[in-house]
Amino acid sequence: MTIELLYGVDATAEAFNSMEEPTSALVGNLMDISKYLIPFEECDVSMVSRVGGKCASLGELMKAHIPVPPGFAITTDSYMRFMEDNNLMDKVMKKLDGLDESMVAETELASQEIRSWIDSGSISEMLEDMIAEYYRLLSKSTRTPALPVAVRSSATAEDLPDASFAGQQDTFLWTRGVDDLLDRVRRCWSSLFTARAISYRLKMGFDHSQVQISVAVQKMVRSFTAGVMFTLNPATGDPSTIVIDSNWGFGESVVSGEVTPDQFQVNKIAMEVAKRTVSDKGIYYTTDPETDHVRQLPVDAERRSSQSLLDSEILALAELANRIEKHYGKHMDIEWATEKSLPYKGEIFIVQSRPETVWSQRKAKPIVEPKASAVEHILAGLLRGKKIK
Amino acid sequence: MADMKFPDPHEVEPIPGTEGWQRMYPYHYVFSDDDPNRAKYEKGMFWFYDGLHYPEPMYPFDIIWDEAWFLALSQYNNRIFIVPPAKGIDHRIINGYIYITPLPVENPDDIPKRAEEFMKRAGYYYANWKDLENTWEGKMREVIKQLVELEIPTLPEMEEESVVFEGLGVSSGYKLLNAYDKLIDLGILCWQYHFELLNLGYAAYVFFMDFCQKAFPDTPAQKVTQMVSGIDVIMYTPDDELKKLAKLSVELGIDDIFLKGDAGSVFKELEASDKGNQWLQAFTAARDPWFYVSSGTGWYHTDYSWNDDLTVPLSFMNIYIEKIKEGENIDRPVEQIQRERDSLTEGYRARLQTEEDRTTFDQMLNQARTVFPYVENHLFYVEHWFHSVFWNKVRDVAKILSEAKFIEDVEDVWYLSRAEIKDALWDVVTAWATGSNPRGPLVWPKEIAWRKDCMAKFREWNPPSAMGTIPETINEPFTILLWGITSESMANWAKLKEVAEGDVSKIVGFAGSPGLVEGTARVCRTIAQITELKDGDILISTTTSPSWAPAFKKIKAAVTDVGGVMCHAAIVCREYGLPAVVGTGSATSRIKSGQKIRVDGTSGVIEILE
Repeated sequence: MTIELLYGVDATAEAFNSMEEPTSALVGNLMDISKYLIPFEECDVSMVSRVGGKCASLGELMKAHIPVPPGFAITTDSYMRFMEDNNLMDKVMKKLDGLDESMVAETELASQEIRSWIDSGSISEMLEDMIAEYYRLLSKSTRTPALPVAVRSSATAEDLPDASFAGQQDTFLWTRGVDDLLDRVRRCWSSLFTARAISYRLKMGFDHSQVQISVAVQKMVRSFTAGVMFTLNPATGDPSTIVIDSNWGFGESVVSGEVTPDQFQVNKIAMEVAKRTVSDKGIYYTTDPETDHVRQLPVDAERRSSQSLLDSEILALAELANRIEKHYGKHMDIEWATEKSLPYKGEIFIVQSRPETVWSQRKAKPIVEPKASAVEHILAGLLRGKKIK
Repeated sequence: MADMKFPDPHEVEPIPGTEGWQRMYPYHYVFSDDDPNRAKYEKGMFWFYDGLHYPEPMYPFDIIWDEAWFLALSQYNNRIFIVPPAKGIDHRIINGYIYITPLPVENPDDIPKRAEEFMKRAGYYYANWKDLENTWEGKMREVIKQLVELEIPTLPEMEEESVVFEGLGVSSGYKLLNAYDKLIDLGILCWQYHFELLNLGYAAYVFFMDFCQKAFPDTPAQKVTQMVSGIDVIMYTPDDELKKLAKLSVELGIDDIFLKGDAGSVFKELEASDKGNQWLQAFTAARDPWFYVSSGTGWYHTDYSWNDDLTVPLSFMNIYIEKIKEGENIDRPVEQIQRERDSLTEGYRARLQTEEDRTTFDQMLNQARTVFPYVENHLFYVEHWFHSVFWNKVRDVAKILSEAKFIEDVEDVWYLSRAEIKDALWDVVTAWATGSNPRGPLVWPKEIAWRKDCMAKFREWNPPSAMGTIPETINEPFTILLWGITSESMANWAKLKEVAEGDVSKIVGFAGSPGLVEGTARVCRTIAQITELKDGDILISTTTSPSWAPAFKKIKAAVTDVGGVMCHAAIVCREYGLPAVVGTGSATSRIKSGQKIRVDGTSGVIEILE
């Protein structure tokens, strides 16, 4: 069975692609729409400056037929338009004028003020209609009324400190309805001016007026299990191994290190589960069925020490990891989730992926010194021996 | 590693009631502290228990093969091929268990000169491997031919007239002594050949494995073995021949006859019909040599070949007949194995990061594949074919001792060392010549009774996995590959002990073949017991050999007490895609038939579920 059939790519990654055209009210603005909003599957690496790294990478995954929860990017043009519409740019620049990185208290104060301006700014009717329409289409294509979405900032460059972790701070999960969505979008925009972001730019000498931000709006996955995986073994650097960390519920418990997750190692060449380490998993994150708020709960006694992924799921994840590695041509660090009881077949999603940084930065050099013949290698091996102590 | 402590061999407490056991074995095998220099040497070396070859305490006669390889392996390393940093492997015995230690070359100044010699000598063998292997096979067949033709003469009341009229000039007494010498000599010679290509074969294999594990630190040895192993090794021939005979019996429509079980009545019925005779013709061609395959490793006199008891292969054939009639394809999935091997090789090769590494990989892989058939095939010639014939020749000698009342039963002969047998034969022939009474009957039965008692006590003793002092590096290829002596394995030994003492429901061994299954355990200590296996059972055995092959058609996993990733059970399970955990040390004594167990052949853990 192909991955497409197993994970219903049709029903997930490409659903948004095949969704109906935007309604007539917006047809006249089609050109404008693609300036402000871009579905993930149309994003790619060439667009990082407009949709940010996160959306670009989700688009890349979709192009490689990796099941990714559908969604769209709100481009940097939307942000710029918002700033213009509210006459905020000059005001912000003035506020930041004269600050330097040593002025911690002043920076904090300025940040609070700027963020309150952005958080309370008004989004133009045109932009609001577009976002609302895209949100409606996303709900429709996934057959969920008032679809819960994750709203995340998608940084365009090294604008934010710790670029790879920036997303975590500005993530709003389980957002439902247009009003809440717009509110969270503004808060993502304002995250460009956290005190930390401001002082980082001051330190690095970046121009505050040049930095921009995109926002990703993505269908929430009601994770049954979730976690991270690497296309190599982060402990040994072995490129023939895939390492999968997993816990019940949302991936947060794994990413934050709040639990010791289950760990599975897959030999990616033979595609076999090579090692299973099932841990005692104390807590997990899930949604309250009433409020849709994320809650941390203790894991039921019988599930604490049971394996959180089936072997078939481990292998399916490994197959995705292989495809992602192949697509990017480098080792990757991937966030994933499984979802059960959905109206369609899709079960495993890739939520995020980024290049692995530790082993990949080492320069590839020969493992043993090249020799003219096998006999010389054998001699060298004998002389080297096997270290015991 | 520093905290891992092993006992001083001189401080091992004797087992009460076995005092004087040392006289059963060669005097130089004993750890002794009467000479301070020797005591210091023994204390400073790292001695590990050779459980791979000797899961049981040694019979005084069976130690012949240990002496044979003590000489042969060491001479090829140290005196023939001049392995630069490694000399031979020294041997000792304690309470019937063999301990061995690899000797390094101590003076670093000697190494460059040794390396030069090694390149010249080993280089010649590697370069001419296939020719030398063919020559080897010819020599080996000649040794076996001489062994088969060797007659153990009996002692007549009066010599034949030909002794006189043909002027022969020697008696049957002399001929008996001579035949015994020749028998032992052929055994030692066969073991000289055994190692002719083996040391270098292992070295090529070890360093390919070493390279793969450097490039891919998580890669289990079984994957490397899979890349190297061929599909045309003769180890599979006995089983393939049996399958052919099963098919033939179905084609001829005489398969019902084999259901009678007992070989005697089966053969009688076969001889009565044309079709039966047609089958018998094929059988006669196949059994020599292929039915000389041993039911065990061949290292012990207790390992019998199919030819010794035809009921065993015939009952196995019934398993195949049953499968054929169910419409199952009983052939080895050769093409699939080949495909998997190729994709594995390609997969690993492609993931190497530099062109230089790919070149090294190709060089080492080719060399490893060149040597591999010998590494496998020698086992059939030496341990199976030669040994199976040899044990029975020794039984012919034992019959003479038994008739002379030196031993009560033919099988008591194994309690005498080969030198003691020679002495006893002198006692027999001189008394025969003289017409007097030999002293043997007064000496040996009593001594053998005592030795039996000692060996029973040895069996209850738990030999420590190692003794002495851990070295910093090991350069001896056998030590690394066959016994798997690495820092990991030593930690594993320590772990094995802990697990054994703590959690009784868990048994740890070496991951022999990947996969995870649950099922019913069936303990088979002897090959005859494998007919008790039901479809889907998990086989628990001390060890397996090619003659156990039919069992693998019925089981869904295998567990053995003895063996590493290269052992028979591991190789066959990988072929059939069954999980295997090998070298558990104690599975046959800790698991009971009928228990539900879980076998994880990927991590090497067995859990007893109920």
